[in-house]
Amino acid sequence: MNAASTLEPAVPETAAVENPAVGIDQSVGDFTYDVKYDFDAGTGLTENTVRYISAVKKEAPWILDFRLKALQTFLDKPMPTHWATGDLENIHFDKIRYYLAQGQKPKRTWEEVPDDIKRTFERLGIPEQERKFLAGVEAQFDSEAAYSNIKDIVAKQGVIFANSTEALREHPEIFRKFFGKVIPTGDNKFSALNSAVFSGGSFIYVPKGVKVAQPLQAYFRINAENFGQFERTLIIADEGSEVTYMEGCTAPKFSTSTLHSAVVELVALKGAKIQYITVQNWAPNVFNLVTKRGVAHEDAEIKWIDCNIGSRLTMKYPGVVLKGRRARGEVISIALANDGQHQDTGAKMIHAADETTSTIISKSISVGQGRATYRGQVHIPRRLKGCKNNTECDALLINTNSRTDTYPAITVRGDSHAVQHEASVSKVNEEQIFYMQQRGLTEGQAMSLAVNGFVNDLVRQFPMEYSVELKRLIDLEMEGSVG
Amino acid sequence: MSSPSLSSPAVGDFSPEAFAAHLAALPADVPVWWIERKRAAYARFTDLPMPGPTDEAWRFSSRETLTLAGFAPVTATPVAGAAAAARDAAVPALFSVADATASLTFGDDRLVARQALPADLASRGVVVATLQEALRSHPDVLREHFLSQPQKLGSEKFSSLHAAFVQDGAFILVPKGVEVTAPIVVTHASAGAGTAVFPHTLVILGEQARATVVDAFVSPDATAPAGPRAGAFACGANDLYVSHGAQLTYVAAQRWSLDTLSFQLNSTIVRRDARVQSLNLHLGGRQARHESLSQLQAPGAFSEMLAVTVAADAQDFDQRTLQIHQAPHTKSDLLYKNALLDRARTTFSGLIVVDPDAQKTDAYQSNRNLMLSDDAEANSLPGLEIQANDVRCTHGATSSRIDPQQMFYLEARGVTPAKARELLVFGFFEEVLNRLEHEGLHESLRQLIATRFH
Repeated sequence: MNAASTLEPAVPETAAVENPAVGIDQSVGDFTYDVKYDFDAGTGLTENTVRYISAVKKEAPWILDFRLKALQTFLDKPMPTHWATGDLENIHFDKIRYYLAQGQKPKRTWEEVPDDIKRTFERLGIPEQERKFLAGVEAQFDSEAAYSNIKDIVAKQGVIFANSTEALREHPEIFRKFFGKVIPTGDNKFSALNSAVFSGGSFIYVPKGVKVAQPLQAYFRINAENFGQFERTLIIADEGSEVTYMEGCTAPKFSTSTLHSAVVELVALKGAKIQYITVQNWAPNVFNLVTKRGVAHEDAEIKWIDCNIGSRLTMKYPGVVLKGRRARGEVISIALANDGQHQDTGAKMIHAADETTSTIISKSISVGQGRATYRGQVHIPRRLKGCKNNTECDALLINTNSRTDTYPAITVRGDSHAVQHEASVSKVNEEQIFYMQQRGLTEGQAMSLAVNGFVNDLVRQFPMEYSVELKRLIDLEMEGSVG
Repeated sequence: MSSPSLSSPAVGDFSPEAFAAHLAALPADVPVWWIERKRAAYARFTDLPMPGPTDEAWRFSSRETLTLAGFAPVTATPVAGAAAAARDAAVPALFSVADATASLTFGDDRLVARQALPADLASRGVVVATLQEALRSHPDVLREHFLSQPQKLGSEKFSSLHAAFVQDGAFILVPKGVEVTAPIVVTHASAGAGTAVFPHTLVILGEQARATVVDAFVSPDATAPAGPRAGAFACGANDLYVSHGAQLTYVAAQRWSLDTLSFQLNSTIVRRDARVQSLNLHLGGRQARHESLSQLQAPGAFSEMLAVTVAADAQDFDQRTLQIHQAPHTKSDLLYKNALLDRARTTFSGLIVVDPDAQKTDAYQSNRNLMLSDDAEANSLPGLEIQANDVRCTHGATSSRIDPQQMFYLEARGVTPAKARELLVFGFFEEVLNRLEHEGLHESLRQLIATRFH
């Protein structure tokens, strides 16, 4: 559908329908506003694009150098289509805008946020009270953060919470040491692309022993046609500290393809804990190709909670490098693939020290002609002792033509480890549906309930407001999947 | 056919000259289609590249030690007279099957011994013949089924090489309604030392037929230590075609010498209400790749795929499996167990594919690795591709050591640690071997496994 209109606000006429099942507006995330961009790098990617971005951001020479090297790596690397889907060939890199910003500094208070941007957030369905309750919203509007107020609160604990540009400019002594170290530029073609053109994203440093009580949040929005968003996130939890970071996405529906390619690096130093939560609901024309990895030092713990509902193609395999003794890694993944969607998600667990443990739990739902793929890697190299991994993948297929794949790769060396992988594929239990319909639910409602039940034990691990949002998104996606 | 250009991929010692010599050595009366197929296969072999670093079907494989150099196809260097007789007499039996119905023994791809079928089975149309015999007696059946299935697991180059150089092999046909209760045994022996063999077994069961077929692969110098590079080459294929309602038990026991580079490519077709149980025992080889493809083509088809591997020393076993459910109400059950000792390395890559509309599929796939050494490495890639929703598909992969509690239990009862370990390893394998109905075969396989532990 063609949603990109210049009306203000431009809401596609077909979308403004109330959903009788759950009573929420279906047009959520289905609109766009006409925003005047002060800075625009134009379409296409050349060395000049990269120099332009770096100049606008007034970056140090080493960052420009880093970007230019990354650009070369990106250009040199082939598309990984020998294992990944051929749909990647449909990304037209020359038609993408690599940088847009409103030229404004991050806002401190709600009042300072421009009215049209406020309206965008309103349409995301965050009620006024909740917005105030969620004091820690670092909202990103296109390339630069447009709203932020948690910063001052956590700053009192010594926490640095800034966007990538600001952090690299003001705290290079903290961030430069880890920047691009967890995920090297050449890790893959898209991490190289991000390294060349990154803007926005969050850089966080939590000092020793500090436990951040409030989850740090960032809502991301894409609001321009053909616009690629390349956030760069780096979270460093110093010894004994704890932090939870939440990232949620909705996006307007556009008629031409959009690319989102983030890089997220986490560093949990000795005894630290990082929990990173994502709810991804990009519009169904977005290519979402994200590299996420954390390094867990001795006794540290990194937990990725990753939920993918939107996008045309998502390729994302959050990983943990278990670098220190007794480090723990966990990935909890929920994916929902509807018609025209391919959720290619999974996890990587690289054990690099004794007595490290990792857990992967993945649940996927394929609706209509949707395709959900689990791709995983567990690696236990030579000369380690007492490592454990447990992986469970469950796939639910809703319609006769739905598709699911599972491609794990497990390497174990040595005789003191325990590694277990299990996967199953099933459909919704007909007896359950029958039972619910007997009690007056429509088939659609019953199906929605059954699917929510399938992921319920994972959804409960999300913070409350996210699990509510997730349930709504699943209800929305399940509509029209039967009959 | 054209000779390979200068830029053609590696052909090693399987040069156009070697292929021409192979063709020249064929009996004068082989059918034209046979030679044409060989020419086409050789051209395909030369066109295809060796497996590359981005080839997913070779992920985790030791590609750098794959070589086609240093081996001569035995047909290019015929041995005659007394030398041949001495060699033939040296072909060892891998294990004895007391009640074999019939047997064929090949030494370097030439028939060296046979036990004929009982007259009553022969009179009912059962055939246990060589490929060379079948080319004359059953040309149409052979032409229809010989290497007729697609290569889907990555070894098309080696399958083409096999088709180009295959000299002889077993042709087993059990007609409609005939039941052969005792095993038919085929032994393929390689003289080793620089030779290349291309063992082949083709089994065709007519409707409602029943049979048990044993393939044994052996080198006389099975215990000779491996040198710095592969000293012998074996590139075999076996195709099993099981018609409606038929039941086949197929056992393959491989104990090539420890310096053999081995490929064994299997294709199994299971038709309506047919059952196939295949069990592969892998003991030998320096580097051994086994590919097994089961196609469940009609409702009621069932394929049970079993394997036991003892990987010791610096052996490298690479197992690739594919269960394709092409029709509704089909079932497959795969259980591959590996015990890893010393510096051994195993790779299991399995895939269950459920085609659209293959509803009510019941598929299972399990890979269990028992790690008995701190230097061993096990790789598992258990995969699923499901395109129908009303299915029951599960897979599991585990890698673990011997349960210390079980060791303690046995040791507390006076069993020595070495013996306790052996008992527990055999217990681990027993879950697979127990599925064999034939007592004698079960015992023979047990004894054969034991030789790898002493």
